[in-house]
Amino acid sequence: MIRIVLVTLGLVLATGQSANSRELRVCADPNNLPFSNRQFEGFENRIAAIIAKDLNANLTYAWMPQRRGFVRRTLKAGLCDLIIDLPAGYEAVLSTKPYYRSTYVFVYRRDRHVDVRSFDDSRLRGLKIGLHMAGEDGANQPPAHALARRHIVDNIVAFKMWDVDSVESPAGRIIDAVADGDIDIAIVWGPFAGYFASRQHTELQIVPVEPSIDPPSLPFVYDISMAVRPGQAAFKEEIERLLNRHRTDIAEILAQYGVPQVGQRASSRP
Amino acid sequence: MILSLLQRRLHWSLASVAQMFATVLIPCATAGAQSTGPEWTTPAGTVQGTRFSALAQISTANVSRLHEEFQFKTGVLTGHEGAPLVVGTTMYVVGPFPNRLFALDLTRPGAARWVFDPGADPFAQDKACCDIVNRGAVFADGKVIYNVLDNTTVAVNAVTGREVWRKKFADPAKGQTMTMAPLVVHDKVLVGNSGGEMGVRGFIAALDVNTGAEVWRAFSTGPDKDVLIGSRFVPFYDKDKGENLGSTSWPGTLWDHGGSTVWGWVTYDPDLNLLFHGTANPGVWNADLRPGDNKWSTTVFARDPDTGEATWAYQITPHDGWDYDGVNENIVVDLRFPSADSATRKLLVRFDRNGFAYTMDRKSGQVLSAEKYVFANWADRIDLSSGLPVENPEKRTHEGVNVLDICPAAPGGKDQQPAAFSPKTGLFYVPTNNLCMDYEALKVMLFEGAPFVGASVTMKAGPGGNRGSLLAWDAAAGKKVWELKERFPVWSGVLATAGDLVFYGTLDRMFRAVDARTGNVLFETQLDSGIVGYPMTFIGPDGRQRVAVYSGPGGFGGAIVPGKLSTDDPFAALGIVAATSDLPQFTGPGGAVHVFTLP
Repeated sequence: MIRIVLVTLGLVLATGQSANSRELRVCADPNNLPFSNRQFEGFENRIAAIIAKDLNANLTYAWMPQRRGFVRRTLKAGLCDLIIDLPAGYEAVLSTKPYYRSTYVFVYRRDRHVDVRSFDDSRLRGLKIGLHMAGEDGANQPPAHALARRHIVDNIVAFKMWDVDSVESPAGRIIDAVADGDIDIAIVWGPFAGYFASRQHTELQIVPVEPSIDPPSLPFVYDISMAVRPGQAAFKEEIERLLNRHRTDIAEILAQYGVPQVGQRASSRP
Repeated sequence: MILSLLQRRLHWSLASVAQMFATVLIPCATAGAQSTGPEWTTPAGTVQGTRFSALAQISTANVSRLHEEFQFKTGVLTGHEGAPLVVGTTMYVVGPFPNRLFALDLTRPGAARWVFDPGADPFAQDKACCDIVNRGAVFADGKVIYNVLDNTTVAVNAVTGREVWRKKFADPAKGQTMTMAPLVVHDKVLVGNSGGEMGVRGFIAALDVNTGAEVWRAFSTGPDKDVLIGSRFVPFYDKDKGENLGSTSWPGTLWDHGGSTVWGWVTYDPDLNLLFHGTANPGVWNADLRPGDNKWSTTVFARDPDTGEATWAYQITPHDGWDYDGVNENIVVDLRFPSADSATRKLLVRFDRNGFAYTMDRKSGQVLSAEKYVFANWADRIDLSSGLPVENPEKRTHEGVNVLDICPAAPGGKDQQPAAFSPKTGLFYVPTNNLCMDYEALKVMLFEGAPFVGASVTMKAGPGGNRGSLLAWDAAAGKKVWELKERFPVWSGVLATAGDLVFYGTLDRMFRAVDARTGNVLFETQLDSGIVGYPMTFIGPDGRQRVAVYSGPGGFGGAIVPGKLSTDDPFAALGIVAATSDLPQFTGPGGAVHVFTLP
């Protein structure tokens, strides 16, 4: 906790231009492109800058890896007031109206003619499938559940979302593995796929997974909102107004980062 | 020899002369196996893990007059698990992260001789599963040796407070951390890793006590050569026999992320020259994704301490789906078994997270008895002929399925908080949790920008409504002898003494001494904050017995307090917040060692 406070203070000193009395304190991951990083290169950083500018506020960050306890230790602990990118309706926060919607996707080399579009495609049994792994309270990404319930388990290759500091973007290595032919197909959250696929030496195909909701209730499409602390309804509404006002700019930023976006879906989040 | 060296280098006083005198009078630790004497040099007091002291100045007759002599605050307000060491006239205290080591001068109560700062990587504290605890140091060869959360083992000169060596295991960015207390056997320091929730691969390693160089490492998963399973390996049960089970009992290469860390206790039997340790829950994927036994998760290993070779293994909870880590202490005892008129047997007694108390033959790995010591419904019993649990299929967890009222909850009938054994009474004294849990499917979470879904685990009090207890256990009979029910899980360790006393602490701040035979409370006092540390005892410089314990709630059980976890997020800290939501009414954060003595 002490570290975070110091880091935050450091940034206040570094970025504070002192002209604005208001401060926009954003909670973000220091090393997680395409979302955010300490060099302000992620789309969350870009969107936060737009919000801060409109609020005429100094933008400061509380940095924390987005792992267990991220929301609790940043937003809920009062170290910052706004999370830019969080699944809508996330527990114990107040979500804004969603401002984009993305999906888990299949990623494969175009020249390999994999052409898988559904979890029900029997060819998945014969392919080397890469998945991001994590261990939050036994949590798994939705594709892991979908494969497990189809008893597709022997041909899964696990990739860590973080690993070694020297690797610039560990989350992108699963996409490198597709490009290099180490795995046949990756199933990842859309924003990772879009961003890292565009940086490969070979052309990759990105296909939204089907079904978008695996019956009875496992979703692959998620609405993404900003989040504030419960009780800060006025602030939430202020942010919503800004999201609406800058929706074109924000859409442009998301497109620049290759975030796969999908349209309205029939049912709401689980 | 070390003692005299220490004393030559330090200020002499009348008190330390008195201490030398006392040392002669009190039975020595090594003379009577399984018991400590005037000093406390190893995490559990003894390498056998008994937490029994031969000291009897403080007894059932006078313990009511116990009073606090001094306290020392570590300056860190998070969970203080572990126990201090006492060597000569110095007490060594390892604080939670940033893991400073304090050398306290017992001739000047409460004064520090020096403080060693290991320069812990601040990145590590975001990785630790369940608060940023440390379970203590070990003294050997003139050095105080302990693990720093950022995966470093450090050895510090016990006299000067200067670093002698350090061994860095892995970058904490990989999700791995270290919280366990090392054990020294011969010239080897035995350490293991934490981080089963983060997708790491568990191991135990032996370091050279003189240099910190790694001598051997045994992984918990993977092919036999990595697990150090070879020609000497003779498991008792057929279920544990076969080649490369550490990889073949997993799909594909998932064993490489298979968790099964070694973050709990290591004990040692000098007679058989075997060390014993458990392994944690299998790696991060839901159980449906890793069909198979997932060896060697939740396993007791017997190993040669010099080479690391396994001589037997017993998997406790195959294909774990409840987070029943198998890391709890394996207490080395020689007891008449199965009854008082039987011959003495070489036993290993463990109170597992899964709710069963196992009494095993420590030479062969055979389970001689396995009885429930808390309420448990995930299995009816352990089949002693196959070694397998007879599971209740209704309580098997599956992702996407709501499973209610699984007992015990993930922290188990007992977590790492260590039990004690008194050779005088022949009883084990066990700190327990009485918690059950609901596994509910499809809670959306966030991880590095990606939505995840997982089971939300909420915990609640088990039958009876008390959330924990201290109980006395007769391992030969497989029965509870007495039990003191507590409002909260008993997350402290336990100390038994030749004064026929048992010491323990509670999350609601009470430090107690009870009669070892009856459980009658003979002494209690309220500390500044809740207790998750382990009581220990020693002889002070004036020749008089002391008892010491840490205050400072935290760890898995008390995580709600130092983390200031919101009570409106019942899933925080792996679901334990729901079961301890009223704890902040009873204790604030703290962090101190309290030392008690008789007037």
